[in-house]
Amino acid sequence: MSKTRDLLAALVIRLTFVVALFAAVLMPAAAQSTDAELKLLVDALAARGFSETEDAIKALAFTGDDRVAAVLGALGEGNLFVGKTSKQVVIGRAAGRDLVLTDPVTRAEIGTEPSAAYTKIRVNNRLRRTIQAAIGTLTLLSDNPVTRRAAAEAVMKTRDPETIPALDAAIAEETDAGILQVMQEARAAAVLNSDAAEADKVAAIATIAGRGDRESLSILTQYIAAPGEVGVAAQAAVDDVNTTIALWNAGQNIWFGVSLGSVLLLAAIGLAITFGVMGVINMAHGEMVMIGAYTTFVVQQQIRMYAPGLFDFSLLIALPLAFLVAGAIGVAIERGVIRFLYGRPLETLLATWGISLILQQAVRSRFGAQNQQVGNPSWMSGSFDVGLISITYSRLWIVVFAIFVFFALMALLKRTPFGLQTRAVTANRQMASAMGIRTPWIDAMTFGLGSGVAGIAGVALSQIENVSPNLGQGYIIDSFMVVVFGGVGNLWGTLVGALTLGIANKFLEPYAGAVLGKIFVLVFIILFIQKRPRGLFALKGRSIEA
Amino acid sequence: MSSNGTIRKFTTGALAGMLAATALMTAGSALAQEETIKVGILHSLSGTMAISETTLKDVMLMLIEQQNEKGGLLGKKLEAVVVDPASDWPLFAEKARELISQNGVAAVFGCWTSVSRKSVLPVFEELNSVLFYPVQYEGEESQRNVFYTGAAPNQQAIPAVDYLEAEEGVERWVLAGTDYVYPRTTNKILEAYLLAKGVAPEDIMINYTPFGHSDWQTIVSDIKAFGSAGKKTAVVSTINGDANVPFYKELGNQGIKAEDIPVVAFSVGEEELAGIDTTPLVGHLAAWNYFQSVEDPINDEFIAAWKAYKGKDTAVTNDPMEAHYIGFNMWVKAVEAAGTTDSDAVIDALVGVAVPNLSGGYSSMGPNHHITKPVLIGEIQDDGQFEIVSQTPGLVLGDEWSDYLEGSKDLISDWRKPLACGNFNVVTGKCGGAS
Repeated sequence: MSKTRDLLAALVIRLTFVVALFAAVLMPAAAQSTDAELKLLVDALAARGFSETEDAIKALAFTGDDRVAAVLGALGEGNLFVGKTSKQVVIGRAAGRDLVLTDPVTRAEIGTEPSAAYTKIRVNNRLRRTIQAAIGTLTLLSDNPVTRRAAAEAVMKTRDPETIPALDAAIAEETDAGILQVMQEARAAAVLNSDAAEADKVAAIATIAGRGDRESLSILTQYIAAPGEVGVAAQAAVDDVNTTIALWNAGQNIWFGVSLGSVLLLAAIGLAITFGVMGVINMAHGEMVMIGAYTTFVVQQQIRMYAPGLFDFSLLIALPLAFLVAGAIGVAIERGVIRFLYGRPLETLLATWGISLILQQAVRSRFGAQNQQVGNPSWMSGSFDVGLISITYSRLWIVVFAIFVFFALMALLKRTPFGLQTRAVTANRQMASAMGIRTPWIDAMTFGLGSGVAGIAGVALSQIENVSPNLGQGYIIDSFMVVVFGGVGNLWGTLVGALTLGIANKFLEPYAGAVLGKIFVLVFIILFIQKRPRGLFALKGRSIEA
Repeated sequence: MSSNGTIRKFTTGALAGMLAATALMTAGSALAQEETIKVGILHSLSGTMAISETTLKDVMLMLIEQQNEKGGLLGKKLEAVVVDPASDWPLFAEKARELISQNGVAAVFGCWTSVSRKSVLPVFEELNSVLFYPVQYEGEESQRNVFYTGAAPNQQAIPAVDYLEAEEGVERWVLAGTDYVYPRTTNKILEAYLLAKGVAPEDIMINYTPFGHSDWQTIVSDIKAFGSAGKKTAVVSTINGDANVPFYKELGNQGIKAEDIPVVAFSVGEEELAGIDTTPLVGHLAAWNYFQSVEDPINDEFIAAWKAYKGKDTAVTNDPMEAHYIGFNMWVKAVEAAGTTDSDAVIDALVGVAVPNLSGGYSSMGPNHHITKPVLIGEIQDDGQFEIVSQTPGLVLGDEWSDYLEGSKDLISDWRKPLACGNFNVVTGKCGGAS
């Protein structure tokens, strides 16, 4: 029985191909199919292999029926199911262990059934491409401009000469200049792929070259070897596009460098206080960053559980908490261990390294060794394009945030009584003490401040990094590098150092590769420190020299 | 003076107490030794590899517990001995020695990275014990004391490349990996394979990054640039461990969709995906010999047992866990067949043993100490699971010496008597490695 069904479906697909081809030629405005015809075609989507499903998709698209786009959309999103016994294809929406079913043809709700009775129709990348192309052709005349633009982009990827009539129809109707251009580019791509006249193709090359991006490069490269005018024009266009891209690449490297620099700055700025200002070699600094990231995780977990609506604010809530948690741990470390070790750098190094291991293992025992999922709030997901550079929101916000933290810290140290006392203790401890400053208290608070800042850096880094117990380890070397390079005890040095290293790294990486690039940067720093042991911006003063 | 006396008295008392305790403990362990068969578990529970290896320790504990519920082995209970080599490669060798000579374990299940395996090899050879290694690796090795239950390159990398070529029409390849022995060897094999298939050298881009690399902006944009040469491009990723998460995040951020440039990964499984929002990654691929989404009653049972064991409904299973499942059952069967846990007898009995795997077939141990497995290709779904899009019709036996590398293509391994050689050269007819 089911075999005959399959056969019948296959036959219908073949027939529809033929009929649809005629239809496409004879009457561009697609006719509506009857429910029964459409149903047969839809049921054929549940074929055994990907190739058969692909045929079924094409057959469905050929009908030009306006109900098809929704069915194919559901298929692409994995919402199309086939009954295990009924062999009927339905649109399903998961609701717990059940599926809420809709009829793909009539759009009527069928009811709710256990998902165990249905199998999802599988799609792979090839099918997803076919689906997008099919939906693209079907929705070129949609009322929604966003859909139309997406449709034009999808059609452009197919470069299928058969889409030219549909594109022509759409171009005639289109009013939006931006979408019109995409449609014309899509048409040009299709023309290049067809057996059109040479002059048409040369014009098409000019249209595509106008995009000046990678997509156009990818299309044009294929025609370099074409005979006659077309090949020459394509070669010239490819050279032009390459020049444009090279320029944008330099800009992109600067942006990547600034973005890496801001990450380095965030990671190092807390250390600039504990190591730079206080002179404590704090190997547990990275773990403060890690604790900040875990605080974000816990905050998000609680929000997901109790107030999912607040998710977009989770980072703002996590910021003060991370500062407090990491700061409190910092104060505890200072009071419990480091204050007994002032003036003994080697012991401080070993003790703080031990603390870093303890903190790592404590987090591992409490949260497990696995990465924790820290979500991006909606305002930090996705990207936008500036020319050919795609700027991701998360990186952009981190740059902004790093600069904000930098200036806030600067103000705190330069404009507040606490900052004044801190600088006094750093400059001359005895004298500060004689002036009535409680130096132990200042020590604890300054260390707490440095740790707290590391904590809020962790909140930001949780957005681009793995939140795992090892998070901090990756940053400790980089942080020391930045602080030493920039000049111990100088916040400006940290800023300049971080940005310099970030940009240098990103300009080296394309040529030297990630591994060698990093080595070059290290070698450069070693040489630099030989020449200027106090870094870029050396502090001058009596106590510093001592 | 009196305080001195108290101290001395206290010391004597304590010493006597400690002696007694030691005596008791020795007696206790002697007693235990008669009753149990010890199984060593050598997985990092701290350090960078803990992320992957901790679950393997847990799955071994669960398997041992299940076996004990079934009545143990040879009438004795199994006892797990867990040590922590802390992701420190030389420590693996020390801990292996401790397991074998001090604890007297009958077999060891462990290691993840190739470098940790290489570091314990001499120990297993010297002390003649048995190691089950559950992770996909680069091949080019066959040791008498080691049983490789993970995939060799021909069980993972090569079928994945074939799939991309046939199904996606890929003509341009980015081989991206972490900078250490597994990716470097695998990429060498893949490069030789692709060149042999007629791919032009300029259509292959090879890129290495350090462990834990987190800033992928440049590399992802390089991949994008490489992919805009008009030919369908794919990325074959041997990126290992933590670095995967920021890599996939960056792919999503820069808008590289699986439909445009698919990424097929050999080291990304359910466990690694647990840390990311997979919505932007739908359609990227992974090649393994097992996925949690395999539809099979034995697999359902295994997943249910695992979730119950972890007490967490969100616990996931992955390929190396299945490898331990297969390896442990093979060892149990071989011990039963040999009637003893003696290494020599078990090593001989293991060749040819077949046990059910979790994807509905039977895996058997080949004479080269590698096993037969199906090769599955899966696409990442938005729930962090894999949708299987391709499966080899039969099982594939691991090929330890790659056919595509100079120097290893003439080698075979057969540990059965009379050959009993891990690197027999079929051209020179000699046992002893590369010609």
